[in-house]
Amino acid sequence: MKALFGIAWRSAWNRRGTLALVALSIALATLLLLSLERMRSDVRQSFSQSVSGTDLIVGARTGAVPLMLYAVFRVGGATNNVRAASIDAIAKHPAVAWVVPISLGDSHHGYPVLGTTPEYFTRFLYGDRQPLALAKGRAFAGTLDGLFEAVLGAEVADALGYRLGQRITLTHGAGGVLAAEHADKPFSVVGILARTGTPVDRTVHVSLAAIEAIHLDWAGGAPMPGVHIAPEQARKFDLQPKQVTAAFVGLKSRVAVFRVQRFVADFEAEPLMAVLPGVALDELWDVVGIGERALLGMSALVALVSLAGLVAVVLAGLNERRRELAVLRAVGAGPRHVLLLLAAEGALVTFAGALLGAAAAVLAIALAGPWVQARFGITLQLSAPTASQWALFGAVLLAGMLASLVPGWRAYRLSLADGLSPRS
Amino acid sequence: MVSIRDLRFRWPRAAADCVAIESLDVAAGEAVFLYGPSGCGKSTLLGLLAGVLVPQAGRVSVLGQEWAQLSGARRDARRADHVGYIFQQFNLLPYLSVLDNVLLPCRFSAARAKRAPAGAAQALLARVGLAEALWARPAAELSVGQQQRVAAARALIGMPALVIADEPTSALDAALRDGFMDLLLGATRAAGSTLVFVSHDERLAARFDSRLSLPDINTAAA
Repeated sequence: MKALFGIAWRSAWNRRGTLALVALSIALATLLLLSLERMRSDVRQSFSQSVSGTDLIVGARTGAVPLMLYAVFRVGGATNNVRAASIDAIAKHPAVAWVVPISLGDSHHGYPVLGTTPEYFTRFLYGDRQPLALAKGRAFAGTLDGLFEAVLGAEVADALGYRLGQRITLTHGAGGVLAAEHADKPFSVVGILARTGTPVDRTVHVSLAAIEAIHLDWAGGAPMPGVHIAPEQARKFDLQPKQVTAAFVGLKSRVAVFRVQRFVADFEAEPLMAVLPGVALDELWDVVGIGERALLGMSALVALVSLAGLVAVVLAGLNERRRELAVLRAVGAGPRHVLLLLAAEGALVTFAGALLGAAAAVLAIALAGPWVQARFGITLQLSAPTASQWALFGAVLLAGMLASLVPGWRAYRLSLADGLSPRS
Repeated sequence: MVSIRDLRFRWPRAAADCVAIESLDVAAGEAVFLYGPSGCGKSTLLGLLAGVLVPQAGRVSVLGQEWAQLSGARRDARRADHVGYIFQQFNLLPYLSVLDNVLLPCRFSAARAKRAPAGAAQALLARVGLAEALWARPAAELSVGQQQRVAAARALIGMPALVIADEPTSALDAALRDGFMDLLLGATRAAGSTLVFVSHDERLAARFDSRLSLPDINTAAA
């Protein structure tokens, strides 16, 4: 048996050019399958950890998915706001530890502007309960002196090339050609956040009071004609927000989560809802996650094509090898040895290809990981293979061995029919 | 040594028998010349003698053991132990060295390996007149004449009881042919093996202990 593997190896080495190409195509398929699977699981993870440490997200009554879309992903807009009084009432609930209200609606060069309290920077967690970190500067003060201060997400700062001290103006609404600028009340950048891979990177953070201040002399989405309130004067007005868009809520104990959720849902003053972010994110992933399955299906097809290539190459070479098989038969090899020889060769090529592909996948993640992190905010983990990666690797090997049984079986039939005199 | 009785063999899906031999006996140590033109069932008969093919009727036995009574795997093992085979051409695995080609039967048969002590392959190669410089070279680099000599050495390694040669000289020119015949017959005698030699070239017949005409004994070819 050992002798046979030696011969299989030498025979394969003799045809190394062709077989290397097959191994390479199997390696590419494996690389594709493994890195797609890694990306899929890491994207899913970074998606499902867009917000953590927050027990409930409260907003005007709508669906769980739309609420998540605007409160966490800043996509689309709220149909209704929440009264500040309602937020205060929720904050007074005995089970509630903290409430961070947010106010959306304005933008800066297409990036959403989020009005919130300074507490946001300590309460909002993402990933594995990681707090937001400032790469440069500090959080906005939230005082009247620091009214027009802004903290930028990493992508906003990178894309627009902003540094600390930069003066920026906000645009009313989501921007566009006709959008009006809050040009009279510019903000200065006091902090830039470290990259998180979440929608926070795309957000401009200002205080709730600042949102009130820039809208003092506005009505119905446009500046009131003839009314102008200078930035200095604005500080004299009552800048307590009357309404906010949504609020992140933290509880003293997670046990109370359904009790508080019911309390919000039954709130009498206005129709409100509270969603559990984890559950809602999973729901949302079901909507956006269809593409991932299509990708996986595509790479499975690529793997299938490479394996078909393996079968085709070995089968095509079989006619030329009938002499070789007859010689082996003459020195005492049986048809089952011939089958084993061909199957071993296919397995060897598949194994080499799959191993090469796995190594390439590790290398690709190691080399491209930092770039992907910087460019797309997806943390590709260079950790032990996931269960499904093992499964895919095993599937490639198994399929390769099964595929190499096809030429093996053909050679078996041929050597039975030929005896010692191949008739070609 | 070799005994055939009432043999009938037909290829699958063939209309008529290919080989039908009433009786054939070869004594141990004998060198038999089996003459016959192309297409008279020579290669098929050799396949039957080597136990690669099994007849539909009759008996083919080598060393007193009937091939048909053994399972496929046992036939393969027994062939490896007792039979050396030389083809018309393309005898060698091109990717193995000359020496590894000669040692090939020893890899499939412990008995052959046991009967071939260290240095046996080298001795055989020297006996068939292959220069030592060629022994480590890949078989593909050898000329046809050299390849046939390596094939003879391989057939004889481990002293098999029966050596079967299927037109081994047909690819050689006259000068090479005579040299090869001398080597083959000498080495076979030295090993004490029985030789069944098939050829359509009657000029070679004189060198053998006995001569048989296949068309005469194969009633199926008539």
